Amino acid sequence: MTHATTEARRALLAVAVPGLCLLGWWLATRGAPGLIPPPSDVAVAFWDLAFGGIYDDAFSATLLGHLLASAGRVYGAFLLAAALALPLGMLIGRLAVVRDLLDPMLQVLRPVPVTAWLPLSMIVFGLGARSAFFLVALGAFFPILVNTIFGVRSVEPRLFEAAAMLGVKRAAMFPKVVLPAALPGMFTGLRLGLGFAWVVIVVGEMTGVQTGLGAMIMDARQLSRTEIVIAGMITIGIAGFLSDKAVQLLGRRLLRWSPQHG
Amino acid sequence: MGDTKGGELIRVDHVTKRFTGPAGEIEALRGADLHIAAGEFVCLIGASGCGKSTLLRIVAGFEEASEGQVIVAGRPVAGPGPDRGMVFQDYGLFPWLSVRGNIGFGPAARGLARKEVADIAERYIDIVGLRAFADAYPHQLSGGMKQRVAIARVLANDARVVLMDEPFGALDAMTRERLQDELLDLWQRTGLTVIFVTHSIEEAIFLADRVVVMSPGPGRIVSDRRVLLDRPRDVSSPAFNELRRELSAQLHSHHGKLPA
Repeated sequence: MTHATTEARRALLAVAVPGLCLLGWWLATRGAPGLIPPPSDVAVAFWDLAFGGIYDDAFSATLLGHLLASAGRVYGAFLLAAALALPLGMLIGRLAVVRDLLDPMLQVLRPVPVTAWLPLSMIVFGLGARSAFFLVALGAFFPILVNTIFGVRSVEPRLFEAAAMLGVKRAAMFPKVVLPAALPGMFTGLRLGLGFAWVVIVVGEMTGVQTGLGAMIMDARQLSRTEIVIAGMITIGIAGFLSDKAVQLLGRRLLRWSPQHG
Repeated sequence: MGDTKGGELIRVDHVTKRFTGPAGEIEALRGADLHIAAGEFVCLIGASGCGKSTLLRIVAGFEEASEGQVIVAGRPVAGPGPDRGMVFQDYGLFPWLSVRGNIGFGPAARGLARKEVADIAERYIDIVGLRAFADAYPHQLSGGMKQRVAIARVLANDARVVLMDEPFGALDAMTRERLQDELLDLWQRTGLTVIFVTHSIEEAIFLADRVVVMSPGPGRIVSDRRVLLDRPRDVSSPAFNELRRELSAQLHSHHGKLPA
C-alpha cells in the first residue's frame, strides 16, 4: 500500500464513527422538536455564533471573543502552572529532603478534584475570572509536577557513570545529564497539563464570568439555547485538539532523539 | 609522569571488596594484585561472581576498595576520571545526543573550545567509520555502531586507559569479530592501555597480551598468563588451541564444587 492510500484510509476510518454518531443524532432528533436540537440547527447556530447575520441576537458573532478570553486564561494559567511545577518537580525528584518534606502533602492534595476546589476558590478569589484562572492553573499543575518528578527520577544510573568517566563533575550532572534525560517526561507532563487546562476552563468560567466559552455555555443553558451549548462544546473540543497538536509538533522538533517522540 | 612506554601504569595493590547484600556480607574480591604496563592489553576472564567486573569498576573509580588501593600513573584512584575511559556492555550512550554529540561530549565537558570539540569529534567519527551516521541518534544505530561510538567517545577524551566490561557480549558473532579486529587495530595505532573483561576464553586469547584468570567464592586472581602468539592470531592454530585448553582447565578446576 502506498503512503498516500494509507493516509486516505486512516482519514476515512477517523471520520467513520463521528459520521455514524451524526447520522444517529439526526435520525433521533428528526420530526417533532424535543430537548436536543437536530444537527442542522446546531450548524446554523454555530455559523451565527461565529459570523452573525442570521439571528442577530446577544450571541451573534461573539464566538471569537469568548474563545480568546478562554484561550488567554488557559495559556496564562498553564504557563504559571509550568513555571511552578517544573522547578518544584526537579527539586522533589533530585533532593531527598525536599521530597520527604513535600511529597506526602502533594500526594494527599493530588486526588482532590478541581471541582472540589471550586467553592473554596470562590470564597478566596471571589466570583469571576481570577477564580477561573486559579482552577485552571491548579488543574495543569499536578500532571506537570508528577511527570517532571518521574522524568527526573528515572534517569538511567548508567548515564551518570558514563558522564563521570568522561569528566563531568557532580555539580554539572544536573545540566549535562538529568535535564536532557528528563525532558521527555517533562514534555509529557506539559502536554497532559495543557489538555487538562482546557477541561478545567469550562468549570472555572461557569460562575460569575462574563466572557469565555464556559460562561457562554452557561448563559445559553439558562436561555434554553441548547444549540449554542452544543456549538460551544464543539468549539472547546476543537480548540483543545489544535492546542495539543501544536504542543505535539513542538515536541517532535525538540525531542527528535527520543524513540517515543521523534 | 614516569610511565615511559612499557613502564608500570596501573598498580592494583591487595584490593579486597566486600558488599553488604540481603544474605549478609559478600566478599566480591579478595586480595587482588595486578601490575599493568603502559600499552599493555590485559584480559580478565572468569565465571560470573569471580569479581572481574568489580575489579574493573574499582579501577574506573565507580566502586571504592574495602581494603588496598589502585594506583594509576602514580596517583591513587579516588573516583572516576577522564584518564580512565569505560566502555560498557550496554553502551551507556546519551540518547539525546547524535553520534557527533556523544563523541564530543567528553571534550566539551572538560571545557575545550567549541571549534576544538568539533574538530576532535570529526576526527573520531572517521576513525570508527561512522561518517554516514554522524547525525544519527543512538536509537537509530545497530549494537555494533553504538559500541563504536562508545569506544570513540573514550578515545576522543584522551583516555590513556580504556576499561571494557564485556563490551562485545551483546553483539552477534560477525559484528563481534569485526569489532575485535578494529579494537586491536586502534590499540596498535594509539598505544593505549586496555583492561578488557570477558567470559570468552577465545576472545581473551585472541586479543590480549596477558590473560588473567579469576575464580569466584570469593573472587580472586588465580593465574596471570602471557600470550606470546603473533598477531593477527589464528583461532584455529594448534598453539591457540593448546592455550585455550590450558586456560579452560584453569577456569574449571577452580569451580569444581559447582558442576556448571
